[in-house]
Amino acid sequence: MTTLASLTVKVTNASVIYPAADKPVQALQNVSLDIQEGEFVSFIGPSGCGKTTLMRVIADLEQLSSGTVLVNGVSAEQARLNGAYGYVFQAPALYPWRTVLKNVMLPLEIKGMGAKERKEVAMRQLANVGLAGFEGKYPWQLSGGMQQRVSIARALGFEPKILMMDEPFGALDEITRDRLNEQLLKLWAQERRTVIFVTHSIPEAAFLSSKIVVMSARPGRVVEVIESNLPADRTLDIRETPEFTEIAHRIRVALRHGDSYDD
Amino acid sequence: MATVMTTEKVEKVGLRSRFWAATWPVLIVLGIVFSVWYTAAVGLNSAQVVERFQRDKIQYTTTQLVTETWSMKRPLLPAPHQVGADMFHTIFEQPINTPQSLLYHTAVTSVTTLVGFVLGAVLGIFLAILIVHFRTLERGVLPWIIASQAVPILAIAPIVIVIFGNLGLSGLAPKAFISMYLCFFPVTVAMVQGLRSAGVFERELLHTYAATQQQAFWRLRLPTSLPFLMPSLRVGVSAGLVGAIVAELPTGAQAGLGARLLAGSYYGNTAQIWSALLMAAALGLTLNGVMAALESYVLRPWRVAKK
Repeated sequence: MTTLASLTVKVTNASVIYPAADKPVQALQNVSLDIQEGEFVSFIGPSGCGKTTLMRVIADLEQLSSGTVLVNGVSAEQARLNGAYGYVFQAPALYPWRTVLKNVMLPLEIKGMGAKERKEVAMRQLANVGLAGFEGKYPWQLSGGMQQRVSIARALGFEPKILMMDEPFGALDEITRDRLNEQLLKLWAQERRTVIFVTHSIPEAAFLSSKIVVMSARPGRVVEVIESNLPADRTLDIRETPEFTEIAHRIRVALRHGDSYDD
Repeated sequence: MATVMTTEKVEKVGLRSRFWAATWPVLIVLGIVFSVWYTAAVGLNSAQVVERFQRDKIQYTTTQLVTETWSMKRPLLPAPHQVGADMFHTIFEQPINTPQSLLYHTAVTSVTTLVGFVLGAVLGIFLAILIVHFRTLERGVLPWIIASQAVPILAIAPIVIVIFGNLGLSGLAPKAFISMYLCFFPVTVAMVQGLRSAGVFERELLHTYAATQQQAFWRLRLPTSLPFLMPSLRVGVSAGLVGAIVAELPTGAQAGLGARLLAGSYYGNTAQIWSALLMAAALGLTLNGVMAALESYVLRPWRVAKK
């Protein structure tokens, strides 16, 4: 089933150690992980389990202490320089002096796309996240959920093969979060980009993912990888089904299992 | 559309009441200032008046004493209306292109201030960019910049004028230099802070786009520094005005508000000193107001909706 051509991310024996005055912190310990093209992979675990660190390593925002990371067959740095991924942070990180449209055009500008083309692309991406008509607004004129949607449109602007999201909806209320999750899933079903998604919400991970990587803290490591086979065109209603409950249950058990290492 | 108009109307009414709310404290303070000023004029000038009355063996009432202290030719402290009369005379009743006109002196000081301010702002921004980009410069240059501000400007001014004079530069150049000297410091300090104020996510975002240093500077560092830079320019222009006036003192300048102050004190023309002083204050307020307007224009995207 695993062919090298469809392998998007390959992490092998990855460790990250932060130097500290008293005792170095082991943020990641011997993590190995394969992500196939088109998968929706969630990293879930308690705070301090290294789920964000793992994603930042893949994004070349953090350096490994040992081990290797290959993205699209090349090093994480080369992949970053190639524009392999779009990254959505915990906060929208929109530039307040730029309008919504200009925020979405930012990466396109940096990649050197022509003025006319980047406007077209940005408008299309805004429409994709349901924000057509808001292009002239400034970020502060938008709600938190809308701001985060702008940042998703921005991340998708130059059509990266991979979309990385670090607890993108963590700061939003549950109702908004549900709606955005549904939209995100629809977007993924349409385009089949590889998505890497960091969360600490069990229902969110179970609802969105085709693969759930359960992690545990001190030191950060992978406890279990759960494959999900929920249908691609699912809606929020699926959360009432036994299949969904089953996956959520397996995540919960794995999390508890990871915790018991501690004591 | 209808809702928009209603909001505008509400806003207008709100503006008017806000205008009054902002105005009456000013009026009250103004009233207090004037009464203190008039009282002080009586207190400070009465000794001279009494002495003259006694010398001329004149009987006098309190009213006579008070009105006399408010209308002396060379009072220690001129009354507000005397200063007002002097200002009116020197502003409106003198040919504008001669040293008799207060506006002439104001224009000279304004030009010095503006040239010094522009140079100071450019120097301040330039130094800040250097400091932010080269860590070693921060340790090497910043202490000197701070030390430069610890030296009293009155001590520097004559040296600058002598050196510029030897180079054959007199008039505007040395004065603008001194004005610039006071101007650049607040700009440098604020700009260094501003250029470093971008958030972690905002910076990492550019990293994920593999943006160059130059792209990061123009698209992130420079815009994020604006909320720091703009208020510092406001401080800078006020400092530049002080520099310009101080520079006019030791140059023996024939023109400028500083020269006017000096001449007034030489000849005991106190009304002239006060006129120049008030004019300098008005000039300072104007420059400040212009910069404040520019600031709110430039920073309008940052303005958060007020509830």
